[in-house]
Amino acid sequence: MKTAPDLSAEITRLMRNDRGRLMAALIRSLGSFDLAEDALQDATEKALIHWSRSGLPDNPQAWLLQVGRRAAIDRIRKNQRHTRAAPEITRLMKEDEEAQGKAAPEIPDDRLRLIFTCCHPALEEKTRVALTLRTVCGLTTREVARAFLDKDVAMGQRLSRAKAKIAAAGIPFSVPERADWDQRLNSVLRVIYLIFNEGWTAGSGDEPIRIQLCDEAIWLARLMTTLAPEEPEIEGLLALMLLNHARRSARFDGEAGFVPLDRQDRALWDQTLIDEGLALLDLAVARRLPGPFQIQAAISALHIQADREDDIDWPQILLLYDRLLHLAPSPVVALNRAVALAETGKLARARQDLSALAASLEHYQPFHAANAELARRAGDRDAACAAYERAIALSRNDAEQDWLRRQRAAL
Amino acid sequence: MQYLALIYAEDGAGPNPGDPEFADYMQGYMTATKTYQDAGIMLGGEALEGVETATCVRVRGGKTETMDGPFAETKERLGGYYLLDCRDLDQAIEMASLIPTAQHGTVELRPIMHIEFPDQ
Repeated sequence: MKTAPDLSAEITRLMRNDRGRLMAALIRSLGSFDLAEDALQDATEKALIHWSRSGLPDNPQAWLLQVGRRAAIDRIRKNQRHTRAAPEITRLMKEDEEAQGKAAPEIPDDRLRLIFTCCHPALEEKTRVALTLRTVCGLTTREVARAFLDKDVAMGQRLSRAKAKIAAAGIPFSVPERADWDQRLNSVLRVIYLIFNEGWTAGSGDEPIRIQLCDEAIWLARLMTTLAPEEPEIEGLLALMLLNHARRSARFDGEAGFVPLDRQDRALWDQTLIDEGLALLDLAVARRLPGPFQIQAAISALHIQADREDDIDWPQILLLYDRLLHLAPSPVVALNRAVALAETGKLARARQDLSALAASLEHYQPFHAANAELARRAGDRDAACAAYERAIALSRNDAEQDWLRRQRAAL
Repeated sequence: MQYLALIYAEDGAGPNPGDPEFADYMQGYMTATKTYQDAGIMLGGEALEGVETATCVRVRGGKTETMDGPFAETKERLGGYYLLDCRDLDQAIEMASLIPTAQHGTVELRPIMHIEFPDQ
């Protein structure tokens, strides 16, 4: 039999791995996000007591689901005025009986509904990210707060407001219809990519949970490829993240700190992740439905597939940026295109394009870093110096700041 | 669920009577209304007279104060509404997107609060 600390570790592990699936099943059956969360909490507390007495059940997930459903019935009984809740309770009790009759009750996988609900465009973007991390990835409220560098209380309130809005505004627990599919899927993919980028910008001195966000995002994208198979943009996003993640350990070195892409030691790249990313990208492209994430993954692939930095096919990358700009125009894409343009030898034109972006990217660190680099190449020392200053001031990452300082000093 | 679709737009932002697009614009409203009626979700809906006709009323210390003008001076003004009975927010969004003013203004969807009065 497991001792208490073992058990609580086991429950933590269960909540980490299965929280999304259990929440989805409970929301489906209870029709309420809030009630489902309370019920799962009740079930977890009961598990700690019961399992320490009688050991781990054969199917802990089914146990939690059943106890959760019963806890919800108790809560409905307590909170609502008798008559109104009666049909609801009868329905839940019947569900409970049916589940008991089965030898190995299967937990339906409603996580796709759950993900679409958490990423509903009627919620603020930051809330979508937080709710997805909490509900689908099974992070605790505290971990989500740390991931955002927020206070626990503030994050708790944000999550509560989100659940209240889902209930009051009638945000459905459903997979969107075909007509809305592309747009709603895009919202989910954006959330996943935002989670990845939060992890990507985390410095080595940051909270471990922030660095772990890249793994959470990759896990979510993998889950999406199983829940909604044959969607090239999901595959494209997963490929993009794998190709970036493969270079993670080459981005920082012990002595010099931050290492930009073009100076990384390619031997440090994770070949397994690269192979997986490239294979996924091939699979996605073969479906012949191009999209922004596939194009970004293709750009990453071109960087990676070149044997040396000098072999990078910049004209091809420039073409891909043109397509990306056409499909999903944004100042950041325009910035990356300008950098690619400079690499093809058109430095003056690239600098012109950059200066046109100054107003919209004023607070964006990579804009100033790129501006500085292109000014340096053009021999415009003063402009380079000023742009490095600006980039240093905007950088949130120690290693990156150091690197920018060294660049400025080398002018 | 019931939703109030509040239709906001800046003055003069959309087609005005006499503009060539005005007939299409009005036709858009008729189509939207008919769609709601056919779907059995139309509970009500009207256009409002301009904000220059608005009057605000307040009762303070038992006295009724009356003022000329809209409650809030904003660029986008409330110009009309629909009250719709929808399955969920997704249907409400789909229906609200049929409102022609959404193409230049904004439609705000507000769920109707259900207040339960104690049984008498």
